[in-house]
Amino acid sequence: MIRTEELLLNVGPQHPSTHGVLRVVVKLDGEIITHVEPVIGYLHRGTEKLAESLNYTQIIPYTDRMDYLSAMTNNYVLCYAVEKMMGIEVPERAEFLRLIVMELQRIASHLVWWGTYLLDIGALSPFLFAFNDRERILQLFNELCGARLTYNYMRVGGVKWDAPEGWIDKVKAFVKDMKGRLDEYHNLVSGNEIFLARVKGIGAYDAETAIRYGLSGANLRCTGVKWDLRKNEPYCIYDRFDFDIPVGQNGDCYDRYYVRTEEIRQSLRILEQALEQFPPEGETMGKVPRAIRPPAGEVYVRIESPRGEIGCYIVSKGKAEPYRLKFRRPSFVNLQILPKLLVGESMTNLVTILGGIDIVLGEVDC
Amino acid sequence: MQWLWDQPPSWISAVWFTLGALCVLGIVIFFVTYAIYFERKVIGWMQFRKGPNRVGPFGLLQTVADVAKLLLKEDTIPAKADRVLFIMAPALAFIPSFAALAIIPYGMNLQFADVNVGFLYYVALSGVTTIAIVTAGWASNNKYALLGGMRSAAQMISYEVPLVISVVGVAMMTGSLNLREIVLAQEGYFWNWNFLPQIVGFVVFLVSALAELNRTPFDLPEAESELVAGYHTEYSGFRFAFFMLAEYVYLYAIACLTTILFLGGWNPPLPQLAFIPGIVWFVLKFLAVVFFVFWVRATFPRLRVDQLMGLAWKALLPLAMLNIFITAAGIHWFGWGG
Amino acid sequence: MSEEQKQNNTGPAEVEAKAEAAQAGGQSGGGAAQEAPAEGAPKAAEEPAEAPQQPAAPQPGVEPKHTAASQPAGEAQQSAPQPAEEPSQPAAAPAAKEKRPLTDEEKEARRQAALAARAAKLAAQGGEAAGAAAGTRPAAGARAAAGARAAAGGAAAGGEGAQEPPKPSPNQPKLDRAVQLLKELVAEDAVEEASLNPFNDDMPTLVIRGEHWPKAAETLRDHPEFGFRYLRNVAGVDYETHMEVVYHLLNMDSGDTYCVKVRTNRDHPSVPSVVSVWVTADWQEREIYDLLGIAFPGHPDLRRIMLPDDWVGHPLRKDYVPLDPEV
Repeated sequence: MIRTEELLLNVGPQHPSTHGVLRVVVKLDGEIITHVEPVIGYLHRGTEKLAESLNYTQIIPYTDRMDYLSAMTNNYVLCYAVEKMMGIEVPERAEFLRLIVMELQRIASHLVWWGTYLLDIGALSPFLFAFNDRERILQLFNELCGARLTYNYMRVGGVKWDAPEGWIDKVKAFVKDMKGRLDEYHNLVSGNEIFLARVKGIGAYDAETAIRYGLSGANLRCTGVKWDLRKNEPYCIYDRFDFDIPVGQNGDCYDRYYVRTEEIRQSLRILEQALEQFPPEGETMGKVPRAIRPPAGEVYVRIESPRGEIGCYIVSKGKAEPYRLKFRRPSFVNLQILPKLLVGESMTNLVTILGGIDIVLGEVDC
Repeated sequence: MQWLWDQPPSWISAVWFTLGALCVLGIVIFFVTYAIYFERKVIGWMQFRKGPNRVGPFGLLQTVADVAKLLLKEDTIPAKADRVLFIMAPALAFIPSFAALAIIPYGMNLQFADVNVGFLYYVALSGVTTIAIVTAGWASNNKYALLGGMRSAAQMISYEVPLVISVVGVAMMTGSLNLREIVLAQEGYFWNWNFLPQIVGFVVFLVSALAELNRTPFDLPEAESELVAGYHTEYSGFRFAFFMLAEYVYLYAIACLTTILFLGGWNPPLPQLAFIPGIVWFVLKFLAVVFFVFWVRATFPRLRVDQLMGLAWKALLPLAMLNIFITAAGIHWFGWGG
Repeated sequence: MSEEQKQNNTGPAEVEAKAEAAQAGGQSGGGAAQEAPAEGAPKAAEEPAEAPQQPAAPQPGVEPKHTAASQPAGEAQQSAPQPAEEPSQPAAAPAAKEKRPLTDEEKEARRQAALAARAAKLAAQGGEAAGAAAGTRPAAGARAAAGARAAAGGAAAGGEGAQEPPKPSPNQPKLDRAVQLLKELVAEDAVEEASLNPFNDDMPTLVIRGEHWPKAAETLRDHPEFGFRYLRNVAGVDYETHMEVVYHLLNMDSGDTYCVKVRTNRDHPSVPSVVSVWVTADWQEREIYDLLGIAFPGHPDLRRIMLPDDWVGHPLRKDYVPLDPEV
């Protein structure tokens, strides 16, 4: 008598395509997935517990390591939360510097996503091109704050380092080049038949599902919901600049691809305007007391990181350390939709769908 | 080479045959070494980086170093693997690839075996490699490898069909499957070469050849980023080197075949250039085909397995059959071919 | 510290200049912890009397903006949630002594004053919910208790001392309406507390009783006046006397964000799960269960998510002692 069995496939935690230490336990019936269970926690480092014994400036380096591909936005969310509680005003130049580095970081993060996504799909070359451009950004950051990945750049009340001589011009040159490169990348990839066959119609969901699952970032905008915290709940000086929010229509992998690549274009647009309006001189640090003690109370701030809404919830008892610090991490919330998207899908699409969600395990596990 | 065939079989001729075979083996191994090197270099240049350039001058000894590494690795056989099959599979993969080189004519008189069914001989042997791949997947005692082996087998078998049928048009135009005759029939200018009247067949042949070779965009069996790691997951060291060697020897064979069947073999593009020996033209065309294969690898993403199968059966096969009809019409009404 | 003090005590002209500079930054609750709100109060109180005078009691080691006494007093006041009352208590002391830092008693006094002010304001504006809550809730936090005590005292002071009524926040009517709706639709005692969070742009913050939470959650999601379809954040907090789960809800159409807290005791903490209402709560509740030990009855799959399955204990608790200190 012939009997078929379900195959249990364990993907990860070490696997070239899981983008970090993510383990996905998959039950297969032939080629169709019947059950998916993501197992996380391999990179849990107890940041929130550690934060309860560190003062706010000491926590900033920890934030770098959560979403390590987008460290500037992590820095910012913590500093923003504390500044909001204390009512600290950040000087113009510092705000501009913050915005410039956050947008550059967004471009770098999206480039990594683009390169690795295409590598997962099988195209070898875009990965190298993306990293080439990202290298330029990392060198700019290196000049600015001395680090390439974990910057520890922002402080409560401003930024730590001022832009060195000529740095702004280098960023301007980069922005100009990147625009041309983005068009080249579109020519190479976006119209490619094989690529489109791999991503169109795959992993689709609608806006209602996205909202119920609390998705944010490109995962939400690909369904047509025009929600971007830079426009809807403006922070920093985003309300001064002119930019669009790309949205998709069908909520499939292609739309997520489209939204993210368009976001790079919009970031370049913001950067152009910001660099033009960059104040030629000014302070990089506002008036901040020597000991940063936010008043007793709590606050929840949220900003748009490249992966979605990153939030910082601080409960303070008036001390230099937070009583409770919680980060609302976009990748953690976004990853929840993976089982829903994969069950019933062919196994060959697992990598495509997982890559399209754009997760960073440092952030999932905190 | 004809005098060698005309001699009655004797120990002396056996020695000559062996030396000849060793000579071809040497050339092929030299090709494989530098094809790997050039693939890495070319793809590197296409990706804004230099390829290997450390080991030896300009990195020329890179492959030598890699093969040396593979040879020095520990020979692991998985505990519950089927030992005999496990050991046999790489050899079974390589031998037909090398044997298929016997029928390739490099010049008017440079050929090992002038077989009237030359192309069919090649197709038959490449089927044996498919068996070897399934064997490798099975013998590894690893469900990933098994799935990968089954997928590769399905892919290779499916793509053999359009591969062969696309050549039928050439055979019809030439009137023979003998590879030497096919080249002779393409004498003249470059527009006499088969790739023009047989443009559909040419495209189908190229795509099917890429799939037969398990190269991008059809390299699912080898892809690291797919979940199923392919039939050679459990192979390491020299056994793995055999699989790689088999792949590159097949690349050599397919490139030669493309040159012979569609690009005019050793014929110069213009008869006025006939003073340049035919082997030079052969090598140039051959290298162009090999470069094209590398170029495609650097450029395209990979097809999913169901799309791959769909392409073979639903797109390439009908096109190849269409090609036959067009050729038939051409021969009957327009006097194509000889 | 001393330098800033000296700066604080410069002449009137420089005070004005600093006041100008600080004006831009003068906002509510910023600055050194407990003193800020209290300072705002006395500053504002003195303002009409001593406009161009030097700033009153120098605040030890506080940023210059809070020394601003003249024009920004208006802003400081309007942004300070506490109405400018209690002129009696600190006004006399600062006017007299300029150059010495506040003692701890004074700091404590100011802090109490500020808390009282806040409670008074809530009592005045927040409807009986806040008052009842302040009165009836168990003394879960010193804050609430002090607020209750101070409310009685503050109310009196508030009546006499409120010169300029605080500018009502635009969110206040929303908060009131929310409380009212929840009372009607869920249960009379569903809402334990309701307030506006001054640090968070006056975000309406509701404390809802655990047993009514599932129904309240559905109401918050489905009712057309609420429409909070997007759950932004679920956080667990361990206050040593109790535990809290904090939810931040978003209405995408209007852009409102509300904060809802559900309190539970510490021995067997349990908050009904809202996975059936907002699916996104799934993993977030699992994380809170894992790290804090709060159970979520109704959750489809409550297991540890971050830590290994055989971990003992809940690390984010304040009294957590690792079973194996080497790990």
